[in-house]
Amino acid sequence: MSDLTQAALAPGGGRTMERARALVRSRSGLIGLILIAMLTVLSLFSAFGWLPYDPIAQDPPSRLQPPSSTHFFGTDQFGRDVFSRVAAGVANSALIAVVAVAVAAIIGTLCGVIAGFYRGVSDGVISGVTNVLFAFPPLLLALSLASVFNRNWFTIAMAIAIVYVPIFIRVTRGPVLSLREIEYVKAATSTGQSRSRVMFRHVLPNITSIIIVQVTLSLSWAVLTEAALSFLGLGTPPPAASLGSMIFDARTLVTIAPWTMIAPGVVVVLLVVGLNLLGDGLRDALDPRNRGKK
Amino acid sequence: MLLTITRHPVLTRILGAAATLLGVAIFVFIMLRAIPGDQITAGLGTEAAALTPDQRAALEAYYGLDQPLLVQFFTWLGNIFTGNLGFSSRAQESVLDLTLQSLPVTLELALFSIVLALLIGIPLGMMSASKPDSPRDAVGQVVGLAGLSVPAFLLATALLAILASSFGFNPNGQAFARLFENPALNLQQMLLPAIVLGFGIAAPIMRTTRTAVLEIRSNDFIRTARAKGIPPRRLQVKHVLGNALVPIVTMTGLQFGYLLGGAVVVEQIFSLPGIGRQVLLGIQQKEYALVQSTVLVIALSFVLVNLFTDLLYRIIDPRVRAA
Repeated sequence: MSDLTQAALAPGGGRTMERARALVRSRSGLIGLILIAMLTVLSLFSAFGWLPYDPIAQDPPSRLQPPSSTHFFGTDQFGRDVFSRVAAGVANSALIAVVAVAVAAIIGTLCGVIAGFYRGVSDGVISGVTNVLFAFPPLLLALSLASVFNRNWFTIAMAIAIVYVPIFIRVTRGPVLSLREIEYVKAATSTGQSRSRVMFRHVLPNITSIIIVQVTLSLSWAVLTEAALSFLGLGTPPPAASLGSMIFDARTLVTIAPWTMIAPGVVVVLLVVGLNLLGDGLRDALDPRNRGKK
Repeated sequence: MLLTITRHPVLTRILGAAATLLGVAIFVFIMLRAIPGDQITAGLGTEAAALTPDQRAALEAYYGLDQPLLVQFFTWLGNIFTGNLGFSSRAQESVLDLTLQSLPVTLELALFSIVLALLIGIPLGMMSASKPDSPRDAVGQVVGLAGLSVPAFLLATALLAILASSFGFNPNGQAFARLFENPALNLQQMLLPAIVLGFGIAAPIMRTTRTAVLEIRSNDFIRTARAKGIPPRRLQVKHVLGNALVPIVTMTGLQFGYLLGGAVVVEQIFSLPGIGRQVLLGIQQKEYALVQSTVLVIALSFVLVNLFTDLLYRIIDPRVRAA
């Protein structure tokens, strides 16, 4: 994390193009970017309804068909088209993960910045809550929260968001603590600007690279968490397609119809690999120590 | 005198852990109260609607639900301190007894997984670091990335299906054998789940080892040691790995949380009667007392492991001890 703190402490901005080029130049960043772009297109197809079949429409006569030109990834035990279900599952995962991480990033960053910048009582309360939430294994916390709520995609996203709020608090609080002691922040305070203005104008912009990297990595965890929840039957309720529940359904079919597991399995791995590589690439691209290197 | 004792870092750390645990208890208590319904509707289901107001009031008094929330909380906390974790009506056993049976299973699984993860992760990390940006490094990095990206439930389901159908190897299809009753079968049943969980945590351990070794190798004292003519193997183990242990231990401690969460999934797939499965069963059967107490026990073990890791690097790293 110290590299990122360094990145945060360097006064920056206006180097977006240079950083984008650094991202594309790093092999892992480029592969991650391509994977995520492909899967985004796939989920957009599902969102606009441009799929070959309805992902929940059953067609018993054509059940358990192997992959062919009519069904790219074959069909499942109800004759549903696996390709369409995988695409809908990616869209579902992406929706939940993006909403969950967005909520966690906004609340977590706000709390982290307030705790680090104002210190005192607010820091005590926020850090205390963070420690409590960190005391639960992440998947277990998501599982318990999901069981409390009435389940739909939004409550699942909220359950995952609560798990990731403390991560954003911890990741932002530290750098803000060092930032508030830096001359240009002190100078801004001494010119009589209000504390909230200093916070939003001078502190927040300088921790954006940390937040961007954390968002990418959290997205990959959120996808994994959502998949695990739906595998355990605590995620998106059926018959809606979800990658985790597709793999769960496929476990008894895998010997006679391996494509029912391979398709959603490969796609969930590609999604997570893509996000992890993109996160690694972004971290390298945003690290000032790598600036100017090939 | 008293002031110096209360400022002692070990004591501060222990007090902090205690405060966190109190917060955990409050959080679990509130979460349970957020669920629609109460112990009465959970116990009786839809029949709860047929209760007369008098019967309902009697039951509320019996469960202590007529007391103020604060009283309910402290009664519950007091019960936990005396070992009364509640009663599971389905299993007809106290939650304490259930936990005493399931916790050792999960701890055995966790221990196996960590040993496997260290055996895979540390050599792989050192191999990667020995020649950065070489094919050797690439192999290590790809294995690490796979460990981070392949979901435990996918690996577990695939392994189980392939081994059972192609090789007829399915020790987990038999009734669970306890370690001291049938060690041979028990170890076979632990093997696949430990591989799945171990592979998952080997990845962060591998990455941490690689980074730490690369950083330590660039230090002056390594160059000095090499100049003194210390054999390369001894240099690697004693000087490089010895100094890399602090971040590796920290990372391993952090992964314990992943293990406890991952145990829910893996125990379910491999039918291991561990603590993760106990939570899941409680959730599925809407036995909230079981869920509440089990989640609390898991959080307690997680906090204790973190505390233990913290105290452990006081032993490994003399600099921390002095600070």
